[in-house]
Amino acid sequence: MFRILMLCLLMTLPFSSLAEVIHKERSLYRNILVEKTGDLLCLKFNEKTRKSTQSCMYESKPKKLVFNYTKMTFASLLFINDPQNVLIIGLGGGSLSNTIHELYPSAHIENVEIDPAVIKVARDYFNFIETDNVTSKVQDGRIFIKRAALKKQKYDWIILDAFNGDYIPEHLLTKEFFAEVKSVLADGGIVAANTFSSSKLYQHESATYFDVFGDFVNVVTDENSNRIILAGFETMPSQKLLIERVNKLANKLTPYDVDLQLLSEHLFYTKGNQDWPADTKVLTDQYSPANLLNYQ
Amino acid sequence: MNKINALIYFLAFSSGFCIMGIELLGGRILAPYFGSSVHIWGSIITVFMLSLSIGYLLGGKLSTRNPSLTKYGLIFFVASIMVVPIVLFAEPIMTFIFTHIEDSRYGSLLASTALFFIPTTILGMISPYSVRLLVTDHEKSGQVAGGLYFVSTLGSALGTIITSFYMVLAFDVNDIIKTFAAVLGALGLLAIVVSQIKTKERAVCLES
Repeated sequence: MFRILMLCLLMTLPFSSLAEVIHKERSLYRNILVEKTGDLLCLKFNEKTRKSTQSCMYESKPKKLVFNYTKMTFASLLFINDPQNVLIIGLGGGSLSNTIHELYPSAHIENVEIDPAVIKVARDYFNFIETDNVTSKVQDGRIFIKRAALKKQKYDWIILDAFNGDYIPEHLLTKEFFAEVKSVLADGGIVAANTFSSSKLYQHESATYFDVFGDFVNVVTDENSNRIILAGFETMPSQKLLIERVNKLANKLTPYDVDLQLLSEHLFYTKGNQDWPADTKVLTDQYSPANLLNYQ
Repeated sequence: MNKINALIYFLAFSSGFCIMGIELLGGRILAPYFGSSVHIWGSIITVFMLSLSIGYLLGGKLSTRNPSLTKYGLIFFVASIMVVPIVLFAEPIMTFIFTHIEDSRYGSLLASTALFFIPTTILGMISPYSVRLLVTDHEKSGQVAGGLYFVSTLGSALGTIITSFYMVLAFDVNDIIKTFAAVLGALGLLAIVVSQIKTKERAVCLES
């Protein structure tokens, strides 16, 4: 037993010894950590769990996206043409916003983040770009979208990225919330949601998306990783249209290490293929024990 | 301990259970309109503490005027009725506040006041009133008050954990609140009925 323990310790040594904490702060919501491991700069929440890495950047190649789920988010571009109004709920290190801004310089991008300290860290350490077109706002995502709906604002690309792996804001995973998201989605627009759900929650989450948006697409490139849900589109693009879009964008996305061809082969449409029981309970504002379900 | 006293302790326990159960669900009720940030809990806890403090004052005052088990039961009964608007009117009230107040701190403070102030104030009246009904010997008043706080706060602790760990997994928020209201109402009725029977018994005793 002791030997195994020592072995484990030795195995983790090379990783832990190289990581250097370059910034640490306690925000209203969490402990924020900026860690440098060689060329890799990472934003982490709460140092205890490994799972909580939020965003990473290669310092020598800042364009190159590090996380698979960030790359998978760009499968959205197979469903829409030139997004002009983008809404991102959950900033992290700002890599999504930066990439979209570089791809579509004229697009308006609104980032909504609940934690002001995260915005500050994104600016100071992760080159988060803000311009007249790219803005950030400190607000709860649900409130932002409710207010946007009152103002009749519309977005053609809505990215929900407020889940950090450890904790799910339960009011951002209900039927009512998705209905509000749908109400600010422009015609022909798309919703992309990064989800970490496992076990029992996976089914409830799927049932809830289905209830509001109808059939949707799961983007999964790696069995062990999380999925990106793409929802809100009117019709599944034809094979021809997918190929057209891949051809048009593939080269533009290569510098970001996004393989659009690969993504186009890993779209799993739920129509006729629903992988959750039909009687799964939909999550609502009245019933949303998402975090409890995620551990069951 | 006689049966009436046991009933009073049980009722105080249940009111503690319901108060914290409702407070905990308050976070759930407000989140869709005001988020789940730390100031939401600030609003809820402020309103609950404030209304309980006022309830204590009112309950103490009321206990000086012909205290009886019937009146005690009536407090529960009224509280039960006042909990129902949380289920019926939360949506329109919060929609109204949301559209009129931009700042979610003051919005949530006003919303929790509108939803929870009256029922919690009435529930707050129960503790001092229970002490009055239980105390017969002023030398033991501190002990009685201690026992009562023990029971009602234990109820609060259980109400918090059972609601947050288990009930939210099985039931809708509104159904849990309706159940709390029904329990409070039923307990109020029970106290009133017991009180009436006791009065009759005493009348029979006096006659014979």
